[in-house]
Amino acid sequence: MLLSPAILALILVSAVICLMLMLAGGFAIQLLRLWDINSGSELQLRLERRTYLISTLLTWAFASELISLMLFIYNAESMSGQFVGAMCATGVLNVNEWGWPTLFLKIVIFFSGTIWLALNYLDNKGFDYPLIRIKYYLLLLILPMVVTEFYVQTRYFLEMDPDVITSCCGSLFSVDAKGVAAEVSSLSPRDAIFALYGTGLLVMLSGTWYLLRKQGGLIFSLSGIAAFVAAIMSIISYISLYIYEHPHHHCPFCILKSGHDYAGYTLYVPLFLATSLALAAGSISLWRRIPSVNSAVEIYAPKLVYLALILFNIFYALAAWWVWQSNLSMGSIWQ
Amino acid sequence: MIEFIRKQAYLVDFTLSSLLRRKGKNFGLLFVYTLIVFMLASVMLFTHSLKKEAGIILQQSPEIIVQRLVAGRHALIPADYIEKMGRLRGVTSKKARLWGYFYNPVVKANYTVMAPDHLVLTTTEVIIGAGIARTIGLDIGDYFTLRANNDTFSFQVKDILDKHSELVSTDLVLISQKAFRVITGIPEGQFTDIVLSVRNPREVRKVAEKLVQKLPDVRPVLREEILRTYDSIFSWRQGIVFVLLVGALMAFVIFAWDKAPGLSAEEKREIGILKAIGWESGDILRMKFWEGIIISLSAFMLGYLAAYLHVFYSSAVLFEPVLKGWATLYPQFRLVPFIDGLQIATLFFFTIFPYVVATIIPIWKASVTDPDAIMR
Amino acid sequence: MLITLTNINKLFNQGKHDEFHAIRDISLQIEAGKVTCLKGSSGSGKTTLLSMIGCLSRPTSGRVTLEDEILSGLPERFLTDIRRHTFGFIFQKFNLIQGLSVLENVMLPAYPLGLNHKELKSSAQKLISHFGLDRVLHNPVEWLSGGESQRVAICRALINDPRILIADEPTANLDSWLSQEFMGLIDELRQSGKTILITSHDPVVFDSPIVDRIVEMQDGQVVQN
Repeated sequence: MLLSPAILALILVSAVICLMLMLAGGFAIQLLRLWDINSGSELQLRLERRTYLISTLLTWAFASELISLMLFIYNAESMSGQFVGAMCATGVLNVNEWGWPTLFLKIVIFFSGTIWLALNYLDNKGFDYPLIRIKYYLLLLILPMVVTEFYVQTRYFLEMDPDVITSCCGSLFSVDAKGVAAEVSSLSPRDAIFALYGTGLLVMLSGTWYLLRKQGGLIFSLSGIAAFVAAIMSIISYISLYIYEHPHHHCPFCILKSGHDYAGYTLYVPLFLATSLALAAGSISLWRRIPSVNSAVEIYAPKLVYLALILFNIFYALAAWWVWQSNLSMGSIWQ
Repeated sequence: MIEFIRKQAYLVDFTLSSLLRRKGKNFGLLFVYTLIVFMLASVMLFTHSLKKEAGIILQQSPEIIVQRLVAGRHALIPADYIEKMGRLRGVTSKKARLWGYFYNPVVKANYTVMAPDHLVLTTTEVIIGAGIARTIGLDIGDYFTLRANNDTFSFQVKDILDKHSELVSTDLVLISQKAFRVITGIPEGQFTDIVLSVRNPREVRKVAEKLVQKLPDVRPVLREEILRTYDSIFSWRQGIVFVLLVGALMAFVIFAWDKAPGLSAEEKREIGILKAIGWESGDILRMKFWEGIIISLSAFMLGYLAAYLHVFYSSAVLFEPVLKGWATLYPQFRLVPFIDGLQIATLFFFTIFPYVVATIIPIWKASVTDPDAIMR
Repeated sequence: MLITLTNINKLFNQGKHDEFHAIRDISLQIEAGKVTCLKGSSGSGKTTLLSMIGCLSRPTSGRVTLEDEILSGLPERFLTDIRRHTFGFIFQKFNLIQGLSVLENVMLPAYPLGLNHKELKSSAQKLISHFGLDRVLHNPVEWLSGGESQRVAICRALINDPRILIADEPTANLDSWLSQEFMGLIDELRQSGKTILITSHDPVVFDSPIVDRIVEMQDGQVVQN
């Protein structure tokens, strides 16, 4: 166990988010059982008041989850000096088998949180609480993820052993190694570019289709997810190489360092925002047929799609720019 | 959009005026809050910059220090060990060092006495660290005495070490090798340890392995290992201090729960009035959100600024003795100022986050007051 | 009909040993442009009824409609939105916020609407000067006399230009001369087209010629219409 303020903070935050969601989950169960929109009873009034509490709790919880995701990566980055073999966050995440699951859970929770907040926002626009059951069932689905994240993260920190010699980005993201990360790294740049701009095209088309025809929101969300995955793979497979100007350094974290002009932030910030907006757009567009929120969907879904498209474009433009301005030329790998 | 911004502006405006209407209470809260931020931020900034400073200093130290062990204890190493090592691939230089500690009972301080071979000193000349010079009141040309083996040795101060590296050089005494051997009685041909420089960091471990194979009675100490130990020791110390401060933090959270969201009878009445004249629960929540933001950000910035000044401009006068903790020769140095995202995010989670969480439920309770409550 | 109440009931502490049936099965209609007075002793349920008409609280059962819109099942945020534009409230104890100036108190109900600040301020100033409070515009409200406080409360009730004005025991804290003056102001508002609802057990109010209709209440029921 390594006791540092950042680790304490991360454990504290996960514990508190867990408690907040458990509290909200308890209310959600009560609400799902007793909710009766037509009643004017005191019980119903109490439940309606509680919805304010749940919204507030969850807004804060998901906002904190986002900051904790960033802190988690910063912390991994800064701990790289404490492990033999760790040069950046990758090495620290590799210290034991809990590191990567924690990171993935944090990302998934962040995206689920955006969907929940979007549904909540839409629900508040309808006078008859049209999505109340759906959003509380969704909350009950997110709850176990948050609890798991707390557990996995705590084990990750508790079982950190400074004597372990860890492997860093050099070996994990290397073309010759085995495993998913290595396969992603060895993905040929041609395939990666094809995937990146292919999914990008899909996003643009489905987004434009939605803006023109007001249909296919779900398809837009799904292509947003595909674009996100393709983008992360491309960053590992070839974009990072151009930023490092090194033909074999595939690492998704080192690009966050000052030595590389914080290039990572210019890629990850628009990418994460665009993906979460795409998810939000898709999840609210599904409810177009409910009369009480129809007009809200008509107003907000296109706005979200529009913003998501802009951010995706910014991401693609920046990704292309980083490659273009690099001094690395990889003619040989292009065959 | 413009409507939304205007609405927030109205809410902020109202929040500010209502904060100012309850000056006593809110300044009290702000003060305690700022103090908490100040304490935590001071600890973080201080230990972090010590860690950095140590790193900078170690950067110049050799990659490998070779010590000889006799019966598990550190012993003198003969000069011919350098030859015995033979050629080691990747090692760019090998040097034997002479150094030791001397205790001066008058000023109750430990000196680190070194006899570097690259400096040309006569047997009666000495170069001393700024801390020693300050404590004893010496200047160039004055005489400096070392006591050892029931004998007193006098040296003339030739130079005083540069202030920049005071953290390590404050207690340093540099004399000639000859003088060192006379004072300590270490015979010719024996040294304290041997240092090796290795160009490529990836080869350090290999070199160390080979060394142990060739000379089984030596122990190689690697710089990266020292750095790593420093890193975790500083983080660990910081962590311990934070754990100790958790008590203060809890007290603050309870205080915030109690005070912040304004559940005094008067404020409750005010919220009742607002709700009756057309404010909605959400508006009250947003107003209280702004209240939290205003208080938190002010406390955070004030506390952080105060800690910054405290650590970097007054050299952390408040807890220098606790955290630095060695001898009486305090180095006087200015740490290099820095701000880093990890620290700010950590500090956020130790201060603003508990405050916000502690106030959510009381705020919500206040916001769902029945709008007709004031009519009853 | 502007407002229609159908079989309204209100219970407090439902299901507990101190359950209290404040309003029993009331059906009532309120016409636009008239002054209606709810008369009754304290505890007769008139304030509870008034708060349900004004969307401050929701009936346990029954239906409240504003023109064609059913209000009784709406969540708070929608109810509040309707309430802001439809009802202005004058409370028995005026309920001004201490420490704020007259102008700020009057502008307060409009804050959540996010209006242009200049326009809001000038319409508030117009209202304040209409009610003869120019002199005290920037004074904190705790410096005002009872009559002035009441006029500030009226200004505040009118700032969002509501169609219906609701006053709960407005003359309880005023002497008879000020009460007469208040009824004068009410008359003026009626003539400008507002619908007015007053609860009172003060003869100055319910015997006034301005009042078009008196609804008398007792024990949560309407006894005389």
